[in-house]
Amino acid sequence: MASRETIFNLMLAVLLLAVPVWASYGGEPFYVTLATRIAILSLAAVGLNIALGLGGLVSFGHAAFFGIGGYAAGILASHAFSGDPLIFGLPGTKQMIVIWLVATGAGGLAAFLIGLITLRTSGVYFIMITLAFAQMIFYFAISWPAYGGEDGLPIYVRNAFPGVNTLAPLPFFLICYGLLAGGLVLFKLFQDSRFGAALQAVRQNELRVASVGIAPYRIKLAAFVISGMLTAIAGALFADLNRFVSPSMLSWQMSGELIVLIILGGTGRLFGPVAGAMVYVLLEYWLGGVTERWQFFLGLILLGVVLFARGGLIGLIAGRARHG
Amino acid sequence: MQTALIIEQLLNGLQFGVMLFLMAAGLTLIFGVMGLINLAHGSLYMVGAFACATVAAWTGSFWLGLIASLAAAAAAGAIVELVVIRRLYERDHLDQVLATFALILIFSEGTRWVFGSFPLYLDIPALLQGTVPLPGGSRYQLYRLAIIGAGVAVAIGLFLLISKTRLGMRIRAGESDREMIGALGVDVATLYTLVFALGAALAGLAGAMVGAIQSVQVGMGEPVLILAFVVIVIGGIGSIKGALIGAILVGVTDTMGRFLLPQTLMLFMPPSQAALIGGAIASMLIYLLMAVVLALRPRGLFPASG
Repeated sequence: MASRETIFNLMLAVLLLAVPVWASYGGEPFYVTLATRIAILSLAAVGLNIALGLGGLVSFGHAAFFGIGGYAAGILASHAFSGDPLIFGLPGTKQMIVIWLVATGAGGLAAFLIGLITLRTSGVYFIMITLAFAQMIFYFAISWPAYGGEDGLPIYVRNAFPGVNTLAPLPFFLICYGLLAGGLVLFKLFQDSRFGAALQAVRQNELRVASVGIAPYRIKLAAFVISGMLTAIAGALFADLNRFVSPSMLSWQMSGELIVLIILGGTGRLFGPVAGAMVYVLLEYWLGGVTERWQFFLGLILLGVVLFARGGLIGLIAGRARHG
Repeated sequence: MQTALIIEQLLNGLQFGVMLFLMAAGLTLIFGVMGLINLAHGSLYMVGAFACATVAAWTGSFWLGLIASLAAAAAAGAIVELVVIRRLYERDHLDQVLATFALILIFSEGTRWVFGSFPLYLDIPALLQGTVPLPGGSRYQLYRLAIIGAGVAVAIGLFLLISKTRLGMRIRAGESDREMIGALGVDVATLYTLVFALGAALAGLAGAMVGAIQSVQVGMGEPVLILAFVVIVIGGIGSIKGALIGAILVGVTDTMGRFLLPQTLMLFMPPSQAALIGGAIASMLIYLLMAVVLALRPRGLFPASG
């Protein structure tokens, strides 16, 4: 007998796939784009959920990895477009698979370097320092004019995937949905592995983990790097969705939004980010249609969720989590 | 000429640092006493600036505007504390981050609703217009010197408040053991509201004073908020002394970096490239400073005890 959470998760997965397919054949491509946005933001938040939900590392700087992934896509595509070699005579590329590899590599490297310093701290220091590092990259992107600086960098034609017409909304959605599914499988495997068990133990009691002979710092660093990699892939997809990268992908509001998605859905839950992204994007769309001041009401709703609905959406529906 | 320019930039850095101190002092006080991370502190800075600009436009007096900024920010702080923040003290930092993030959305959009999207302007008061001579022959804006003076006065006042008065004693006691002072008959809830309003008033004052040299607009608080975070991380969270030293360090490093780095690089590369690279590195300099401080002392320069 599957638990209520599993049934709810399955429903979410089917819903996120069925609606855009139906909308695409019904001639409503806008809803496909909306669903693509949900899938991409979910993937970014699944990445953050590894650090935040499993490891208890409240990173307020994941926009850094999201933006690095986005810039990886933008920079590679712009070099492929102009024909100028990128570095050491290597050309740019328009192949999504190569771009994803570069994005993961760059995101992972950045997460490693940032994690090396920030993971020496904990609690409120960690929150502020991850924020500060993300700001550092944000200001660098703004003041470095080679790739658009403050104005951002356009991607003239969406990047390519072998055998798929990525310019059409539905195939691109399916690519994003496939990667999201991969991300969720990874999260689940990770959660149930020995490593995941150690990571969750670190969240609950770091001292005890250290006393049985596991070094918490290395566990946290590895989790932070994997988390940054996943978020970076989502960033590359997001750049392709908008066909545009700008420093706003690196902004602190973006980091905040990713945290919001997770808490809205349910911290540490497998499908928490998906539920959160669905609610957030639809709320944004619906409120945006009703009032110009949608951010005001979004703020009120978020405040209500934090104060009165602990455990997020999945917590409300599936009951309190077992994890503590 | 060069020394005059350097003195001028140093004073600019000092003024920037003093302003950061006003923000950081409130943040660090609120964190030290209540253990709360308040992202909405930048919104209180914005409230102060808007209150000052509005009242100054109505009455024609900057000074009335300054009083209004203190009152408005303190009132906004007290209301927010009573309605929202006091439910968050027992929660973990994640909930605090999210709730105060929501408060930023509400404050920013609410302000845009009332005042529109166009920036307001605030004039420097007549008394403080003009410049004063500097050694080396150049002149410096009197108003910026006044900001430095006001900041130093607030720092001294805050030091006296915390170390010499009964309220300060209670604040310090609240930092070390809130249950004990509650048991001794101190009304902890009121004390917390007071501390939050005090921090808010300091942020509002900073916003009002800076409003006269920059434009008053929605979103002006968040960049300053993030710098204030850097300041208290460098100084040690919960320490007023750390906030002061951290703020001056950050203010001077940032200003001097933007001034000196491009010039230094120009000695061994073409000017256009030097300006580019120098500018990019300068914008990251304070974060590098923070990284170095943390690598050496993970709890900041002056970690608060306990």
